[in-house]
Amino acid sequence: MGATEQRTMTLNMGPQHPSTHGVLRLILELDGEIVVKVTPELGYLHRAIGKIAEGLRYEQFVPYTDRLDYLAASINNLGYVQGVEKLMEIEAPARARYLRVLFCELSRIESHLIWLGTHILDLGATTPLFYCFRERETIRDLFEEVCGARMTHAYFRIGGVRQDIPTGFLQKVREFYRTFPSRLAQYETLITNNPIFLRRARGVGAISAEKAVAYGLSGPSLRGSGVEWDLRKAEPYAAYGDLDFEVPTGANGDVYDRYLVRIEEMKQSLRLVEQAAENLPEGAVKADAPQFIRPPREEVHRNMQAMIRYFYITMHGGSPPPGEVYSAVEGSKGEVAFYLVSDGTPKPARVDIRGPSFVNLSALNEMSKGQYVADLVAIMGSIDIVLGEVDR
Amino acid sequence: MTPADLLFVLLKILVVLLLIPVTVGFCTLAERKILGRIQLRFGPNRAGPFGLLQWMADAVKLITKEYLIPGEADKALFVIAPLLTMVPAVTVFALIPFGKGMEITDVNVGILMLVAISSLGTYGIIFGGWASNSKYSLLGGLRSAAQMISYELSMGLALVGVVMMAGTMSLVEIVESQKGLWFIVAQPLGFIVFFISGVAETNRLPFDMPEAEGDLGAGYHTEYSAMGFGLFQLGEYSAILTMAALMTTLFCGGWGGPAAAALGGAVSLGYFVLKTSFFVFVFIWMRGTLPRVRYDQLMALGWKVLLPLSLLNILWVAGYVALRG
Repeated sequence: MGATEQRTMTLNMGPQHPSTHGVLRLILELDGEIVVKVTPELGYLHRAIGKIAEGLRYEQFVPYTDRLDYLAASINNLGYVQGVEKLMEIEAPARARYLRVLFCELSRIESHLIWLGTHILDLGATTPLFYCFRERETIRDLFEEVCGARMTHAYFRIGGVRQDIPTGFLQKVREFYRTFPSRLAQYETLITNNPIFLRRARGVGAISAEKAVAYGLSGPSLRGSGVEWDLRKAEPYAAYGDLDFEVPTGANGDVYDRYLVRIEEMKQSLRLVEQAAENLPEGAVKADAPQFIRPPREEVHRNMQAMIRYFYITMHGGSPPPGEVYSAVEGSKGEVAFYLVSDGTPKPARVDIRGPSFVNLSALNEMSKGQYVADLVAIMGSIDIVLGEVDR
Repeated sequence: MTPADLLFVLLKILVVLLLIPVTVGFCTLAERKILGRIQLRFGPNRAGPFGLLQWMADAVKLITKEYLIPGEADKALFVIAPLLTMVPAVTVFALIPFGKGMEITDVNVGILMLVAISSLGTYGIIFGGWASNSKYSLLGGLRSAAQMISYELSMGLALVGVVMMAGTMSLVEIVESQKGLWFIVAQPLGFIVFFISGVAETNRLPFDMPEAEGDLGAGYHTEYSAMGFGLFQLGEYSAILTMAALMTTLFCGGWGGPAAAALGGAVSLGYFVLKTSFFVFVFIWMRGTLPRVRYDQLMALGWKVLLPLSLLNILWVAGYVALRG
């Protein structure tokens, strides 16, 4: 018998693996079942979205932003259109801003529902996923009623929203926020105090507040570590300044705290939905900015000037003054941001996107070092990545 | 043994052997239907009335599919492994009294034989994991080996309680000795230990570590296709049936029930089927409700909780038997 050699095992996880939530590839170094190192391999879903933007007029790029975090499409739309609005120096009317909040918060709930279902599925419980999809279906029916699309909404437009909500829509929203709390309570009975879940989640994948900030984490992954940072509160946009809500935070930064933060966020989002629906102001849903935004149809049919503007914007597009902006919104996964550079032409000179999933993923190695393979799956679920945003 | 006796035994074996795949088939169907109900779905409802023939369609599919063996696999072991899980799970049925006088054989060391045979099933999983030559399968196989060692022990100790109380190792006599009081009432702790170890033995949620699709793809049977996969499934569900049947036999009075001894035959079989179905349902119910525990937590539970509990149970039974005189 010679001297035994100790070696780690390299395990390739993904891009086809049930728990990598898409086409993520992880290269794991394992010592038995203990993770020594995780190296994410990206790029399987790279579409060069930023480059595509340079060939499109500002308004044409809105549907592409849907495909970033496709689980909460409206929030991406908002980040982009607010950036363009800043460039063009226009502001959406109050009704549009409230509708944006309504859509964004419904999207946030929808996205968190998917997170909850898949996260628990990764831990072996199959049933909550189906319950989550039941509620998600209701939300998507609401979206469909307003804009026809269920997942990739592209409802927000530069200077407002595409169209006003149909009659009876608010009644359905009301129904939703009346039934949802009891449904959420169902999940909580299944999961929150489940001893198996507690053992799987408590103290697993902990990251300190300092480290979380150093890695640039944002969203629930950051707040789980106890850092109270939410762009909706810190730099209120849309109608968030007028509305009342709280920013839940955790303390330990482990899987369980991130879980609690997201569950509480759903409740807060529901409050926001309720307030936005109840206090929805009357008025136009598009800004009055003839150099960038098409005049309404009725006017086009009556007014020659309006018709000319309509054709001009459709054929040529509005050109914002040269300049650059950074527009960030609080997405369901963290800070969704667009950096836009205008050279005074109808097409952006440069679009750079900050995908929170990408940044949050960078802390995966830090969180999972020294944990079990099974924990890695729990941790990955708890930082809630979506690959459309990791690879852009 | 006269030739007629031999023929009768062979006939019994044939009946049981033919019934098991059918029962397993209905078991998978029941699982999918019940899970469907739990999860707001319908479950299979296309093949046959209410989807009752779904299991046949599944079987036909599995049999007719191409049996792929990975190029790097250890071919002989790869083929043998699924059989190794299935055969022991089916063999155990030979020992179980299904009704009054309805057992294939009454071995006087029945419990020992049972423990010995049912532990063999794990070899199939370990070999399958090893022979696939895939890292995921290997990890699944390793987990299974560790899980097996941890749980076999407390399970065996839980059985000691049963043997002490019944004063026999024959399963038939154990059922007889529960006429007055079911062992689940006399030694609830023993039942709890046996139940948890039983779930761990069959690799079912919340202890389905060896497959753990969340982290290991499908664990030990990741590389298996067609009937190799089918045999593993057959083995798994046979093991569930076996466990449910054992819980019935060892702790819940087996085929016993009101008027069962007097009427015998079909009535006693009915009681047995009813009780066993209940435990199968519990297995499925747990799958629909619980998340999976982690590998090291499973070990900790086995060694630090179940083992002391099973020892405590033996102490309790010893006192009980001594006082009863």
